[in-house]
Amino acid sequence: MTRPVLQPVVVGAGPAGIRAAQTLAAHGLRPIVIDEAARAGGQIYRRPPAHFKRTPQRLYGTEAGRAIAVHAAIDDLQDRIDHRPDSLVWSAQDQQLDVLHGPTQTTRTVPYGQLIVATGATDRVLPVPGWTLPGVYTLGGAQVALKFQGCAIGSRVVFMGTGPLLYLVAYQYAKAGVKVAAVLDTARFVDQLAAVPAMLRQPAVFAKGVTYIAWLRAHGVALRSGARPVRILGEERVRSVVWAEGGREHTIDCDAVGFGYALRSETQLADLLGCRFAYAPMHRAHLPERDAAGRSSVPGVYLAGDGAGIMGADAAEWAGELTALTLLADHSVGVDTQRARVLQQKLEKLSGFRAGLERAFPFPEDWAAQAPDELVVCRCENVTAGELRRAVADSGADEMNRLKALTRVGMGRCQGRMCGVAAAEILAHATGQPVQQVGRFRGQAPIKPIPIHLLRPADEEVAA
Amino acid sequence: MTQRIVTDVAIVGGGIVGSSAALALRRKGLRVVLLERDLCGSRSSGVNYGGVRRQGRPISQLPLAQRAHGIWGRLPELIGTEGEYIRSGHFKIARSEADLAALEAYRDSAHDFDLGIDILSGARLRERCPWLGGKAVGGSLCMEDGQANPRLVSPAFALAAARAGADIHERTRVDEIAHDGQFFHLRAGNALQVKSQVLLNCAGAWASAIAEQFGDAVPMQSGHPAMAVTEPLPFFMHWSLGVEGGTVYCRQVARGNLVLGGGPGRALDADRARSDRASMAALATQAVELLPVLRDAHFIRTWSGTEGYLPDRQPVIGPSRTTSGLFHGFGFAGAGFQVGPAVGEVLAELVSDGRSTTPIDAFGIGRFAPASTAEPALAQ
Repeated sequence: MTRPVLQPVVVGAGPAGIRAAQTLAAHGLRPIVIDEAARAGGQIYRRPPAHFKRTPQRLYGTEAGRAIAVHAAIDDLQDRIDHRPDSLVWSAQDQQLDVLHGPTQTTRTVPYGQLIVATGATDRVLPVPGWTLPGVYTLGGAQVALKFQGCAIGSRVVFMGTGPLLYLVAYQYAKAGVKVAAVLDTARFVDQLAAVPAMLRQPAVFAKGVTYIAWLRAHGVALRSGARPVRILGEERVRSVVWAEGGREHTIDCDAVGFGYALRSETQLADLLGCRFAYAPMHRAHLPERDAAGRSSVPGVYLAGDGAGIMGADAAEWAGELTALTLLADHSVGVDTQRARVLQQKLEKLSGFRAGLERAFPFPEDWAAQAPDELVVCRCENVTAGELRRAVADSGADEMNRLKALTRVGMGRCQGRMCGVAAAEILAHATGQPVQQVGRFRGQAPIKPIPIHLLRPADEEVAA
Repeated sequence: MTQRIVTDVAIVGGGIVGSSAALALRRKGLRVVLLERDLCGSRSSGVNYGGVRRQGRPISQLPLAQRAHGIWGRLPELIGTEGEYIRSGHFKIARSEADLAALEAYRDSAHDFDLGIDILSGARLRERCPWLGGKAVGGSLCMEDGQANPRLVSPAFALAAARAGADIHERTRVDEIAHDGQFFHLRAGNALQVKSQVLLNCAGAWASAIAEQFGDAVPMQSGHPAMAVTEPLPFFMHWSLGVEGGTVYCRQVARGNLVLGGGPGRALDADRARSDRASMAALATQAVELLPVLRDAHFIRTWSGTEGYLPDRQPVIGPSRTTSGLFHGFGFAGAGFQVGPAVGEVLAELVSDGRSTTPIDAFGIGRFAPASTAEPALAQ
């Protein structure tokens, strides 16, 4: 068996992965596309199970057109790509991915020549006391419940945190007939006003955001800016939310809470692949480095979409296509270089808008200072903010992996995917360092927990 | 600006050996500067399996292990924490009658050390460990052996040394060591220079470079044990487990997680290591054989470290062959955690008294012929 010159594998079938696969297929290649979900689309365009009947318009609202286009792209590709749904990439070693196939409960290794990592994002979580009560979801989780299963997280819901998703999810819930008790945004109205010039670089996107807010207001939903979540109350499940504004505390009754502070990149695979990371101030995160064309620091490994920095779904589509063109050009396949330039320009132009978003929905820099000692930061290992601070005081811990070693923060099932941001903020605040100085958790396999008896590959694909 | 320090003893390496040596030296009243290129106890001393066992060690190591056993019993008074140390029992499993005979022979040969080894087999075995897989025919139980959390214990030795007055410099890589016939001169970048009469080489897997510089070359190689941990499971097993003639070892921490090791991981570079696909697959198979309950448990994390191995799997502990004032303590072949605190005390005795109260003859660097005499031997 001779090895084909190009053996590209795309990890992730969201907007970035789908456009990457489409571009590779258009140039005569047959990429393997590995995706954790049963149906392609990613999180933002997540599709319900096949027999569900809700229309895209009802599922995705203003995003229906894009969702339909992305879904159509992958559906049209089915005979030209090797699509492997329900498949979790949990490690990588020696130019092979370790892949767990859910339905058959088998593990196999998948060799690759070139790799496009389009692993997407999850919610950025800054916990608040009571966040582990039943009925509390992330904004993304609340949205997935609605899109994927047509379920609401409650009948009277408070949405809180900050970021564009806050208003979008509240809007989608209200449209679906759920009572939205309040939208509590930590960003101040003046932040949003100040961001308008930069946001106008993407007038259509900006207009959509304004539409959600106007619609919610017109439908009597309480919108509060400059609102700080104080605690979530309840015994068996959520009963109410306490929030503060200018030193005064208020209480709202509800039976569910959706909260989040924008998104964070899923970088574990890039880390295991050995990609070099750097601190990205706008994202307030350590991210795998990528050049303007999508190359990582590791030859043959490319990064597309939110998995290497949150830029949103439109940017993910462009980056997916651009990265595939880069991969092809790097391997002497003729591509439309003009198209690549256009995509790069679109992405560059978007970064101004992206900076505006950061200004409109700023990270709540005082979160760590406000977090009480009894706050559970790491829910897997039940580690509180007070325990983290005590480790700093007692041992001088000033770096994330040392903090983990001493306190177990980030050592549980999620391996820091959920608590890492909050732990870094607490550590930075407790040590008086900027957050980039405290580092990040070292990546280790498995990316997600794997049943022990599945660690032995069922069969290994032969790499020539 | 360069900081210049004159001290009695300079220690390179803040693992459990270097840190416990620093603590022991301070208790003897000597001035100590410890240089650690990363964080104290963050390498093998902090990421190892956490076994604290005497049984199974070469008989020549048992005096040292017995001394360490006493130190482990006094951890709170010594370092201010018990570091999750418990004398949980260590059970070494036999999968054949021949392996069981080997364990009985070990029990007999270790008789003088009074380890309290009890051989279990047959009905007694099944009664004591209903969770054990079918391949086990018996095993050797040492109830006073145990386990501890290396992430807590090893850094705590360094903190205790610092509280006792040791001058500890973390994130300080030693770039140069010179000896002028009387004093050692250590330089860490442009930031720090240390002058000392005595140098302790406790640099773990990286110690052979220092040894070699002083004409004490040893054939040490790096090894990388593959490690894994499961999600928390209902608590079912007090003992730490090993297997005679096997590679897998396993313990359950109070929180319920099972920590497992076995087989080689892989080096990412000279400094970093990670678990390995093939080793994880083998470890998984062996672990399920050993403890069938693990079949559907999940591994939530794997890792490895970098450890120094000499051909005879014995450490080097003692004075340099060539240089007065230089002492080595390294090469523990993946089994340094339990004996580490005793090695620290022994090194402190060598420095202050010129002799160790615990026999260490088996660990002399002289057992490796200097390169100049080794060559003719190889040529034969």
